[in-house]
Amino acid sequence: MHAMVDARGLSCPQPVLATLDQIKVLERGEIVVLVDTDTSKENVIRAAASKGWELKGVEPQGIEYRITLEKK
Amino acid sequence: MLKNLFASRWGMVGTGVVIGVLAPLLQKLGNPGNMGICVACFERDIAGAVGLHRAPVVQYMRPEIIGFVLGALGAAYLFKEFRPRAGSAPIVRFVLGVFAMIGALVFLGCPWRAMLRLAAGDGNAILGLLGLVAGIWVGTLFLRNGYNLGRTQSTYSSVGWIMPLIMLGFLVLMIIFPQVEGQPQSGILFYSQKGPGSMHAALPVSLIMGLGIGFLAQRSRFCTMGAFRDLILFGQTHLFSGVVALIVTAFVMNLILGQFHAGFEKQPVSHTMHLWNFAGMLVAGLAFALAGGCPGRQLFLAGEGDGDSAVFVLGMIVGAGFSHNFGMASSPEGIGPHGIAAVVVGLAVCLFIGFTMRKVAVRETSGAESPVAKKPASA
Repeated sequence: MHAMVDARGLSCPQPVLATLDQIKVLERGEIVVLVDTDTSKENVIRAAASKGWELKGVEPQGIEYRITLEKK
Repeated sequence: MLKNLFASRWGMVGTGVVIGVLAPLLQKLGNPGNMGICVACFERDIAGAVGLHRAPVVQYMRPEIIGFVLGALGAAYLFKEFRPRAGSAPIVRFVLGVFAMIGALVFLGCPWRAMLRLAAGDGNAILGLLGLVAGIWVGTLFLRNGYNLGRTQSTYSSVGWIMPLIMLGFLVLMIIFPQVEGQPQSGILFYSQKGPGSMHAALPVSLIMGLGIGFLAQRSRFCTMGAFRDLILFGQTHLFSGVVALIVTAFVMNLILGQFHAGFEKQPVSHTMHLWNFAGMLVAGLAFALAGGCPGRQLFLAGEGDGDSAVFVLGMIVGAGFSHNFGMASSPEGIGPHGIAAVVVGLAVCLFIGFTMRKVAVRETSGAESPVAKKPASA
């Protein structure tokens, strides 16, 4: 089971805010974040790393990215 | 690999260093005092060049701005990041652009110029920067409370091409109607005979440096508003490191080039009305925060296909027209006759937008608490 954040089409800093909101709720586990720009992808990964969440993978899906974050 | 390098801390610092070197150099090569690069001032000069206002001292088609957009376009295509998108409350972004410009012209500069002024010893820039940070801080309060202009949609490539084509058109106009010595007008374009608008580096120099900065800033995501916003909102220093690099480098360059003069009085293209330097940038900072980027960043985003940022840029150019036509822009003598009204109305408009536009991004999250987060029953 994982939580999902759909940040597609959202401009700065909404994707990061939404991801950090989810991180606060979960504390640990797996979060999948959907984004559609490279900037959002970089920002989400950087913000998650600062909270101790590891990048499990980034899958390009057409013009979008599916980012999987994990904290054990 | 190159892509990751640009997005790293050193990529960000490198961008700040390059701007910190090139801006004072552009001043040395002819651009106005402490205005090697100023996105707001240069867009205002473009508004003057095409006759949207008739202030005779600020009319010139600035090639740096054209270069920023086209450089960003080139970088976006080269690294496969050109993403045509639009549809996130464009009318609101236009109005935010208008009042961002009006506020910036009360101070006399965008965040880039505020930093360049500080790096050249202009103490008035401190008030402007404090106002900028205060405005961004208010913006973060709205962001924390769900402020959101809604989602963009992917769209036709040609939508993303509109702003680069406008800039290309401006460049073509400059070539068809070049500046004629001693003439205030060449064909349909206006050219200042005196004042800041008459001061500029040679067209190829300005254009090439603009292209270089546009390319680099698209890659690194350099943003002066985001620098303070991310610091306040998340305690993140990534973007902030670029801003510090810019200020320190420009300071050293100004010392080397003999362009550093500490003080408040008689600084180039600035006034000493502290309250209004602060308040003008307060409005601008809030408008940038609500629109998601500083004026430079909006140009780079417009270059990578963001139609909403393009609308913000057009708002700034039109705002410059209103600013000068309505006597809202400041001059070295002080604020304009309607500068105070401009600040009050600008603040009211930004607050209205901030208070009333929340959680409109709901697309598929029925029942979810957050407009953008959802938690499916199973994965």
